[in-house]
Amino acid sequence: MNITWYLVVSALIFSIGAGGVLVRRNPLVILLCLELMLNAGNLALVAFARAHGNHGGQVFALIVMVVAACEVAVGLGLVVALYRRRLPIDVDELRELQG
Amino acid sequence: MSSVIFFIAAIGAVGGAVGTVSLRNAFYSVLALVVHLIALAALFLLLRAEFIAAAQVIVYAGAVMVLYVFVVAYVGGMEGPLVGATGRFPRVISVVFAGALFVELCIALIGTGIKALDTDGAPYKVGFGTPGAIGQVLLTTYLVAFEVASLLLLVAAVGAVILARRRAGVPDTGEVSVADVMRSRDATLTEQPPETMLEAGGPPHR
Repeated sequence: MNITWYLVVSALIFSIGAGGVLVRRNPLVILLCLELMLNAGNLALVAFARAHGNHGGQVFALIVMVVAACEVAVGLGLVVALYRRRLPIDVDELRELQG
Repeated sequence: MSSVIFFIAAIGAVGGAVGTVSLRNAFYSVLALVVHLIALAALFLLLRAEFIAAAQVIVYAGAVMVLYVFVVAYVGGMEGPLVGATGRFPRVISVVFAGALFVELCIALIGTGIKALDTDGAPYKVGFGTPGAIGQVLLTTYLVAFEVASLLLLVAAVGAVILARRRAGVPDTGEVSVADVMRSRDATLTEQPPETMLEAGGPPHR
Protein backbone atom coordinates (compact mmCIF):
# COMPACT_ATOMS: atom_id res chain seq x y z
CA MET A 1 0.00 0.00 0.00
CA ASN A 2 1.10 3.56 -0.67
CA ILE A 3 2.33 5.52 2.32
CA THR A 4 -0.17 8.22 1.35
CA TRP A 5 -3.08 5.95 2.30
CA TYR A 6 -1.77 5.62 5.84
CA LEU A 7 -1.37 9.39 6.08
CA VAL A 8 -4.95 9.95 4.87
CA VAL A 9 -6.24 7.54 7.54
CA SER A 10 -4.13 9.40 10.08
CA ALA A 11 -5.58 12.75 9.00
CA LEU A 12 -9.12 11.35 9.22
CA ILE A 13 -8.59 10.02 12.75
CA PHE A 14 -7.03 13.32 13.82
CA SER A 15 -10.01 15.28 12.48
CA ILE A 16 -12.47 12.99 14.25
CA GLY A 17 -10.55 13.44 17.50
CA ALA A 18 -10.43 17.23 17.13
CA GLY A 19 -14.17 17.34 16.45
CA GLY A 20 -14.78 15.16 19.48
CA VAL A 21 -12.77 17.46 21.76
CA LEU A 22 -14.94 20.36 20.62
CA VAL A 23 -18.30 18.56 20.71
CA ARG A 24 -18.25 16.44 23.85
CA ARG A 25 -18.75 17.85 27.37
CA ASN A 26 -17.62 14.99 29.61
CA PRO A 27 -13.91 15.50 30.49
CA LEU A 28 -13.36 11.74 30.42
CA VAL A 29 -14.50 11.56 26.79
CA ILE A 30 -12.44 14.65 25.96
CA LEU A 31 -9.37 12.79 27.28
CA LEU A 32 -10.30 9.84 25.06
CA CYS A 33 -10.50 12.16 22.04
CA LEU A 34 -7.07 13.56 22.90
CA GLU A 35 -5.84 9.96 22.84
CA LEU A 36 -7.32 9.64 19.35
CA MET A 37 -5.39 12.70 18.15
CA LEU A 38 -2.12 11.44 19.66
CA ASN A 39 -2.62 8.04 18.05
CA ALA A 40 -3.21 9.67 14.66
CA GLY A 41 0.13 11.42 15.12
CA ASN A 42 1.71 8.08 16.02
CA LEU A 43 0.38 6.49 12.84
CA ALA A 44 1.83 9.30 10.73
CA LEU A 45 5.20 8.99 12.50
CA VAL A 46 5.40 5.23 11.93
CA ALA A 47 4.36 5.70 8.29
CA PHE A 48 7.16 8.22 7.76
CA ALA A 49 9.61 5.86 9.47
CA ARG A 50 8.59 3.19 6.95
CA ALA A 51 8.89 5.62 4.05
CA HIS A 52 12.44 6.56 4.95
CA GLY A 53 13.59 3.20 6.30
CA ASN A 54 14.73 4.93 9.49
CA HIS A 55 14.03 4.01 13.09
CA GLY A 56 13.74 7.60 14.30
CA GLY A 57 10.02 7.83 13.68
CA GLN A 58 9.30 4.66 15.63
CA VAL A 59 11.31 5.87 18.63
CA PHE A 60 9.40 9.16 18.42
CA ALA A 61 6.13 7.20 18.46
CA LEU A 62 7.25 5.39 21.61
CA ILE A 63 8.03 8.70 23.33
CA VAL A 64 4.61 10.02 22.28
CA MET A 65 3.04 6.98 23.94
CA VAL A 66 4.91 7.81 27.17
CA VAL A 67 3.67 11.41 27.03
CA ALA A 68 0.12 10.18 26.41
CA ALA A 69 0.31 7.91 29.45
CA CYS A 70 1.45 10.86 31.60
CA GLU A 71 -1.38 13.00 30.27
CA VAL A 72 -3.90 10.27 31.08
CA ALA A 73 -2.58 9.92 34.63
CA VAL A 74 -2.80 13.64 35.38
CA GLY A 75 -6.14 14.06 33.58
CA LEU A 76 -7.78 11.17 35.40
CA GLY A 77 -6.39 12.52 38.69
CA LEU A 78 -8.10 15.83 37.94
CA VAL A 79 -11.39 14.08 37.14
CA VAL A 80 -11.24 12.12 40.40
CA ALA A 81 -10.48 15.33 42.31
CA LEU A 82 -13.51 17.00 40.66
CA TYR A 83 -15.69 14.09 41.66
CA ARG A 84 -14.46 14.20 45.28
CA ARG A 85 -15.40 17.89 45.52
CA ARG A 86 -18.86 17.09 44.11
CA LEU A 87 -18.30 19.43 41.19
CA PRO A 88 -20.20 18.71 37.96
CA ILE A 89 -18.31 16.43 35.57
CA ASP A 90 -19.08 18.73 32.66
CA VAL A 91 -16.70 21.19 31.04
CA ASP A 92 -19.56 23.53 30.09
CA GLU A 93 -20.43 24.06 33.75
CA LEU A 94 -16.86 24.37 35.03
CA ARG A 95 -16.44 27.99 34.07
CA GLU A 96 -14.66 29.44 37.07
CA LEU A 97 -11.30 29.64 35.32
CA GLN A 98 -12.75 31.23 32.20
CA GLY A 99 -12.42 34.77 33.56
CA MET B 1 -3.38 -9.41 0.49
CA SER B 2 -1.78 -6.59 2.38
CA SER B 3 -4.23 -4.09 0.89
CA VAL B 4 -7.17 -6.20 2.10
CA ILE B 5 -5.75 -6.24 5.63
CA PHE B 6 -5.06 -2.52 5.35
CA PHE B 7 -8.65 -1.69 4.48
CA ILE B 8 -10.06 -3.94 7.20
CA ALA B 9 -7.77 -2.38 9.81
CA ALA B 10 -8.36 1.17 8.55
CA ILE B 11 -12.14 0.72 8.67
CA GLY B 12 -11.80 -0.69 12.17
CA ALA B 13 -9.64 2.22 13.29
CA VAL B 14 -11.93 4.89 11.82
CA GLY B 15 -15.05 3.13 13.09
CA GLY B 16 -13.59 2.90 16.57
CA ALA B 17 -12.75 6.60 16.45
CA VAL B 18 -16.28 7.52 15.37
CA GLY B 19 -17.70 5.32 18.11
CA THR B 20 -15.47 6.95 20.71
CA VAL B 21 -16.74 10.39 19.78
CA SER B 22 -20.40 9.60 19.23
CA LEU B 23 -21.38 7.02 21.85
CA ARG B 24 -23.40 8.48 24.72
CA ASN B 25 -22.13 6.35 27.59
CA ALA B 26 -18.48 6.98 28.49
CA PHE B 27 -17.98 3.28 29.22
CA TYR B 28 -18.89 2.37 25.64
CA SER B 29 -16.57 5.14 24.42
CA VAL B 30 -13.68 3.47 26.25
CA LEU B 31 -14.54 0.11 24.66
CA ALA B 32 -14.71 1.72 21.20
CA LEU B 33 -11.28 3.22 21.83
CA VAL B 34 -9.94 -0.27 22.63
CA VAL B 35 -11.22 -1.46 19.23
CA HIS B 36 -9.55 1.55 17.62
CA LEU B 37 -6.23 0.86 19.34
CA ILE B 38 -6.14 -2.79 18.32
CA ALA B 39 -6.96 -1.92 14.68
CA LEU B 40 -4.18 0.68 14.82
CA ALA B 41 -1.78 -2.00 16.08
CA ALA B 42 -2.63 -4.01 12.94
CA LEU B 43 -1.76 -0.96 10.82
CA PHE B 44 1.55 -0.66 12.69
CA LEU B 45 2.29 -4.31 11.87
CA LEU B 46 1.62 -3.59 8.18
CA LEU B 47 4.15 -0.77 8.43
CA ARG B 48 6.72 -3.23 9.85
CA ALA B 49 6.74 -1.66 13.30
CA GLU B 50 6.48 -4.87 15.31
CA PHE B 51 7.71 -3.51 18.61
CA ILE B 52 5.45 -0.45 18.44
CA ALA B 53 2.45 -2.67 17.71
CA ALA B 54 3.23 -4.91 20.69
CA ALA B 55 3.74 -1.90 22.98
CA GLN B 56 0.48 -0.40 21.70
CA VAL B 57 -1.52 -3.50 22.59
CA ILE B 58 0.17 -4.12 25.95
CA VAL B 59 0.55 -0.58 27.27
CA TYR B 60 -2.35 1.25 25.63
CA ALA B 61 -5.10 -1.29 25.08
CA GLY B 62 -4.08 -3.07 28.26
CA ALA B 63 -2.89 -0.83 31.05
CA VAL B 64 -4.12 2.67 30.14
CA MET B 65 -7.59 1.48 29.15
CA VAL B 66 -7.93 -0.45 32.42
CA LEU B 67 -7.19 2.83 34.22
CA TYR B 68 -9.94 4.51 32.18
CA VAL B 69 -12.43 1.74 32.93
CA PHE B 70 -11.77 2.04 36.66
CA VAL B 71 -12.21 5.82 36.67
CA VAL B 72 -15.41 5.60 34.59
CA ALA B 73 -16.76 3.02 37.02
CA TYR B 74 -15.82 5.25 39.96
CA VAL B 75 -17.19 8.51 38.59
CA GLY B 76 -20.14 7.16 36.62
CA GLY B 77 -20.08 7.57 32.89
CA MET B 78 -23.59 8.70 32.07
CA GLU B 79 -23.90 12.01 30.30
CA GLY B 80 -26.85 14.24 29.58
CA PRO B 81 -27.91 15.14 26.08
CA LEU B 82 -25.14 16.16 23.71
CA VAL B 83 -26.71 19.55 23.10
CA GLY B 84 -26.45 21.39 26.39
CA ALA B 85 -27.00 24.84 27.76
CA THR B 86 -24.74 26.44 25.18
CA GLY B 87 -27.11 25.42 22.40
CA ARG B 88 -26.74 23.65 19.11
CA PHE B 89 -24.84 26.32 17.17
CA PRO B 90 -21.32 25.73 18.64
CA ARG B 91 -21.69 21.98 17.99
CA VAL B 92 -22.45 22.53 14.32
CA ILE B 93 -19.49 24.90 14.06
CA SER B 94 -17.29 22.23 15.70
CA VAL B 95 -18.27 19.57 13.16
CA VAL B 96 -17.71 21.99 10.28
CA PHE B 97 -14.29 22.81 11.74
CA ALA B 98 -13.34 19.12 11.93
CA GLY B 99 -14.35 18.60 8.29
CA ALA B 100 -12.37 21.65 7.20
CA LEU B 101 -9.35 20.35 9.12
CA PHE B 102 -9.54 17.00 7.30
CA VAL B 103 -9.81 18.67 3.87
CA GLU B 104 -6.89 20.92 4.70
CA LEU B 105 -4.70 18.02 5.84
CA CYS B 106 -5.52 16.07 2.68
CA ILE B 107 -4.64 19.06 0.49
CA ALA B 108 -1.33 19.35 2.34
CA LEU B 109 -0.64 15.62 1.86
CA ILE B 110 -1.46 15.54 -1.84
CA GLY B 111 0.30 18.80 -2.58
CA THR B 112 3.51 17.81 -0.84
CA GLY B 113 6.61 17.19 -2.92
CA ILE B 114 7.93 14.22 -0.91
CA LYS B 115 8.61 11.50 -3.47
CA ALA B 116 8.67 8.64 -0.94
CA LEU B 117 4.96 9.03 -0.22
CA ASP B 118 3.92 7.55 -3.56
CA THR B 119 5.89 4.35 -3.02
CA ASP B 120 5.47 1.41 -0.69
CA GLY B 121 8.32 2.73 1.40
CA ALA B 122 12.03 2.12 1.56
CA PRO B 123 13.29 -1.38 0.67
CA TYR B 124 12.80 -3.72 3.60
CA LYS B 125 15.89 -4.59 5.60
CA VAL B 126 15.95 -7.66 7.81
CA GLY B 127 15.50 -6.62 11.42
CA PHE B 128 13.69 -3.34 10.75
CA GLY B 129 11.33 -2.52 13.61
CA THR B 130 12.23 -5.49 15.80
CA PRO B 131 12.69 -4.95 19.55
CA GLY B 132 16.44 -5.40 19.22
CA ALA B 133 16.83 -2.71 16.57
CA ILE B 134 14.51 -0.29 18.40
CA GLY B 135 16.29 -0.88 21.70
CA GLN B 136 19.68 -0.27 20.18
CA VAL B 137 18.61 3.03 18.62
CA LEU B 138 16.73 4.08 21.76
CA LEU B 139 19.70 3.54 24.07
CA THR B 140 22.36 5.07 21.82
CA THR B 141 21.10 7.83 19.53
CA TYR B 142 18.02 8.81 21.53
CA LEU B 143 19.35 8.22 25.05
CA VAL B 144 18.51 11.76 26.22
CA ALA B 145 14.89 11.42 25.10
CA PHE B 146 14.68 8.07 26.92
CA GLU B 147 15.93 9.54 30.19
CA VAL B 148 13.70 12.61 29.94
CA ALA B 149 10.71 10.30 29.32
CA SER B 150 11.49 8.39 32.51
CA LEU B 151 11.68 11.66 34.46
CA LEU B 152 8.36 12.77 32.93
CA LEU B 153 6.71 9.52 34.01
CA LEU B 154 7.93 10.04 37.57
CA VAL B 155 6.61 13.61 37.69
CA ALA B 156 3.25 12.54 36.25
CA ALA B 157 2.87 9.70 38.77
CA VAL B 158 3.62 12.02 41.72
CA GLY B 159 1.30 14.67 40.30
CA ALA B 160 -1.57 12.22 39.86
CA VAL B 161 -1.20 11.00 43.45
CA ILE B 162 -1.15 14.58 44.80
CA LEU B 163 -4.16 15.61 42.69
CA ALA B 164 -6.35 12.67 43.64
CA ARG B 165 -5.50 12.39 47.35
CA ARG B 166 -7.82 13.32 50.19
CA ARG B 167 -7.00 16.75 51.59
CA ALA B 168 -6.97 17.16 55.37
CA GLY B 169 -8.33 20.73 55.43
CA VAL B 170 -11.12 20.36 52.89
CA PRO B 171 -14.24 18.55 54.09
CA ASP B 172 -14.51 15.45 51.99
CA THR B 173 -18.10 15.50 50.81
CA GLY B 174 -17.54 12.59 48.52
CA GLU B 175 -17.85 9.94 51.20
CA VAL B 176 -20.09 10.33 54.24
CA SER B 177 -20.07 7.57 56.79
CA VAL B 178 -23.19 6.36 58.61
CA ALA B 179 -21.83 7.66 61.94
CA ASP B 180 -21.55 11.16 60.50
CA VAL B 181 -25.16 11.09 59.33
CA MET B 182 -26.39 9.90 62.74
CA ARG B 183 -24.42 12.56 64.59
CA SER B 184 -25.68 15.32 62.31
CA ARG B 185 -29.27 14.19 62.90
CA ASP B 186 -28.70 14.34 66.67
CA ALA B 187 -27.29 17.84 66.28
CA THR B 188 -30.32 19.00 64.29
CA LEU B 189 -32.65 17.58 66.92
CA THR B 190 -31.06 19.82 69.53
CA GLU B 191 -31.66 22.86 67.28
CA GLN B 192 -27.97 23.49 66.69
CA PRO B 193 -27.35 22.87 63.01
CA PRO B 194 -23.64 22.20 62.38
CA GLU B 195 -21.75 24.11 59.76
CA THR B 196 -20.04 21.13 58.17
CA MET B 197 -19.87 17.42 58.54
CA LEU B 198 -16.46 17.70 60.18
CA GLU B 199 -17.82 19.97 62.91
CA ALA B 200 -20.76 17.63 63.37
CA GLY B 201 -18.32 14.83 64.02
CA GLY B 202 -16.71 16.68 66.91
CA PRO B 203 -13.06 17.68 67.08
CA PRO B 204 -11.05 16.54 64.10
CA HIS B 205 -9.40 13.21 64.81
CA ARG B 206 -7.34 13.02 61.62
